[in-house]
Amino acid sequence: MHCLKRRAWALVLLLAAGVAAAQDTSTKSYTLANGMRLIVRPDHRAPTAVHMLWVRVGSMDEVDGVSGVAHVLEHMMFKGTPTVKAGDFSRRVAALGGRENAFTSKDYTGYFQQIPADRLEQVMRLEADRFAHNQWSDEEFRKELEVVKEERRLRTEDSPRARLSEALYAVAYTASSYRRPIVGWMNDLEALQPDDARAFYRRWYTPANAAVVVAGDVEPDAVYALAQKIYGDLSGPAVPERKPRQEPPQGGLRRLDFKAPAEQASVTLAFKIPSLAGAALQGPPDAASQDALALTVLAAVLSGYDNARLDRTLTQGPDPVADSAGAHCGLGDRGPALCMLFGVPATGKTAAQVEAALRAQVGLLAREGVAEAELQRVKNQWVASEVYQQDSVFNQARILGTHWAAGLPLDADALLIARLRAITAQQVQDVAARYFGDDELTVATLLPQPVDKNRKPRTATPGLRH
Amino acid sequence: MSGFHASLRAWALGLCALALQGTAQATLPIAHWSLASGAQVYLIHSPTIPMVDVQIDFDAGARRDPADQSGLANLTASSTAYGVRAQGGSPALDENALSDAWADLGASFGGSAGADRMSFSLRSLTEPAVLAKAVALAARQLGTPSYPEAPWLRDRPKLVASLKEANTRPATLAARAFSRAVYGEHPYGYESTEASLGRISVADMQRLHALSLRACNARLSIVGALERAQAERVAQALLALLPAGPCTPAAAVPEVAPLAAAHEERIAFASAQAHVLVGQPGVKRSTPDFFALTVGNHILGGGGFTARLTEEVREKRGLTYSVYSAFAPGLHAGAFTIGLQTRPDQADEALALVRQVLAQFVEQGPSPAELQAAKDNLVGGFALRLDSNRKLLDNLVNIAWNQLPLDYLETWGAQVERLTPADIRTAFARALQPQKMVTVVLGAQ
Repeated sequence: MHCLKRRAWALVLLLAAGVAAAQDTSTKSYTLANGMRLIVRPDHRAPTAVHMLWVRVGSMDEVDGVSGVAHVLEHMMFKGTPTVKAGDFSRRVAALGGRENAFTSKDYTGYFQQIPADRLEQVMRLEADRFAHNQWSDEEFRKELEVVKEERRLRTEDSPRARLSEALYAVAYTASSYRRPIVGWMNDLEALQPDDARAFYRRWYTPANAAVVVAGDVEPDAVYALAQKIYGDLSGPAVPERKPRQEPPQGGLRRLDFKAPAEQASVTLAFKIPSLAGAALQGPPDAASQDALALTVLAAVLSGYDNARLDRTLTQGPDPVADSAGAHCGLGDRGPALCMLFGVPATGKTAAQVEAALRAQVGLLAREGVAEAELQRVKNQWVASEVYQQDSVFNQARILGTHWAAGLPLDADALLIARLRAITAQQVQDVAARYFGDDELTVATLLPQPVDKNRKPRTATPGLRH
Repeated sequence: MSGFHASLRAWALGLCALALQGTAQATLPIAHWSLASGAQVYLIHSPTIPMVDVQIDFDAGARRDPADQSGLANLTASSTAYGVRAQGGSPALDENALSDAWADLGASFGGSAGADRMSFSLRSLTEPAVLAKAVALAARQLGTPSYPEAPWLRDRPKLVASLKEANTRPATLAARAFSRAVYGEHPYGYESTEASLGRISVADMQRLHALSLRACNARLSIVGALERAQAERVAQALLALLPAGPCTPAAAVPEVAPLAAAHEERIAFASAQAHVLVGQPGVKRSTPDFFALTVGNHILGGGGFTARLTEEVREKRGLTYSVYSAFAPGLHAGAFTIGLQTRPDQADEALALVRQVLAQFVEQGPSPAELQAAKDNLVGGFALRLDSNRKLLDNLVNIAWNQLPLDYLETWGAQVERLTPADIRTAFARALQPQKMVTVVLGAQ
């Protein structure tokens, strides 16, 4: 501990005195003999590190009836191995001075510890142990499943906008597994069995489907040596075949209304758009990838900074149609991408009026294009944000892991910014004209209902409790 | 990033910083000086990334809001974004010209107010051409906002609508009931309402700005790639358009009254979860028990998956996704709060459990092993609290605002290390009276 305290102290002095050692902060990548990837990003500003284990499996890899299992398994990874009993993983990380957590998305599952850099080996050993030997009783599973159901109640059941979003994905997609919520349908959780989680673990948690990302005060080759020793001998099956489950063309507008107790309505327009292909960042981009990039620029022109177009036209003026409005276009995920336009009607205005106003703004871009000054403004923001995001070591590791999971190159961030900066006003105008018709559009509207304090909660309650 | 295993919760005692044992002999690298106006400036030079963060704090928080104009301090700060007056050779800017200017610079500036402080934050690249423009623009937005009426009249109904929306959510309703019961008439318990917003005009904002934002009252915290000399110029320039003074002491704000008796509120609500809150007025930041309560709360319910409340309510029984305890020490006694959400039929079971864990902790304090584990985590993980400019800024602001000694971080570890279980037990017994707490249960079945 004493050594640690001194090291921590050195941090302040380092930052203070401006004696930052000459550092090579370039990211290094290695592949272990068992197929596991290792990505290391040195950042010597402070004597800390973040260690993340990423698995390229998320809710999109689930099948009907066991939705939510990827996320439930993430919880169960804290519940023990033959040598570390339930809860001890967290206690041991805490004893090392660390912080830890985990996350599950549609595309990936990740586990992380933030630690003093000289504790890296210990957390690597703990992580490798549970990656290879996660084991728990049915009783532990049943308790933790209740925690996950509480999580779903907290984040989804009692949040009208979360439920609207859940309903939107379920309607927009038919074949793609993006139609299911990450946390799972409540009834699937109620029916989930311990062996469902164990089978998912055995199937997907295999070295060739995982990456370790380490960022912070570390030397890449030393981390490589550690990783070879700790992760290199783990074995596992080949990565299972993934069924593409490609979404067929939509072929017509879909609308859904969702009723929930609320004061404010809201409306979201989701247009299907192409995804960025990983190869497009390294070689000459294909046409679909170019369009995906141009759509990201389009979303930034619409709402990428305070008082951008959507704010200015929908929420300002003497008689604003919306209380808030925004746009976001997906880009580099494993699954299909959507471009979303959304807004909350102002008091006395309707969702239909907001929908019309949002579409009118895209129409305006398609007809009149975008001003050079606006384009430059958006690009300036990206350039600055590249600098600001260096401040968080955690974020640097998270971005590297996300790119790995999506099959993008390690330097995807810089390549992406370079590609986005090259997008022209003409390209933005083109995609505005081509991607916002009705045929690939889903419109989801939240219809607010009066809050009835004595109504029975809509979720089934004690029935399936163990 | 949805589906997090647990909420990444702010550490229970807010901005306070952890440090290591005071073994280092080095001088802390915090520079502190006063400007001619009396403004206090604190600097940590962090040279690696070409960026800078500045926070400027004033004793002009919501605790000074008039009772019938709750929200005034925060609006006075945030409405500086509505535009700036003409200044020198520079023309006036309306809200859109101002936000375009910030976007063009790739920099950001904004204001807000909490219970104690009104705060303004600048983030900019340190590339000289950009920084000079960003500092000049920030000085204008801080010193000469135009407070036009039209955007406020336009935005007020939006705020009212979002208040009404929030009031349909169980978490908001439970928190408001809890706050009213804990704080009574004290300004810490004020909530903005349609009526209070309706009584706020831009003239009120202008008046509060003129009255409260004086250079002599400002505390600046700067972290980034600026040498002392550069930081001095930046500090001067940022405050250049504020009146230098005078700074006469503002009227004292009364203290939060202790609770006379236990108070339990049951609120009917149809939601998928009941919300349970238990607590009372806690402690002021200046309490001598600060360290004992900080570490004790880490053990009770502030320290991630290993805290007692998490262990008992979540890990052992699966009753909740999130359970926590927190102090909110400020210039006055902010609330001590225990909170959780659970299926409506489990609310009473969870409440009974929380009360039992709390009563036992207050009566017996932590075990020696629990205290050692907390010290290992807090002191051992000290560096994690200082490993970005953003985190350094939080620590610096804490020192600046609470007028802590410049060696605060140097001695913090020693303050933690020397705590005994008895210290924590006696501090909790002084601070908390479990038999006289507020309980709010919303949506139980």
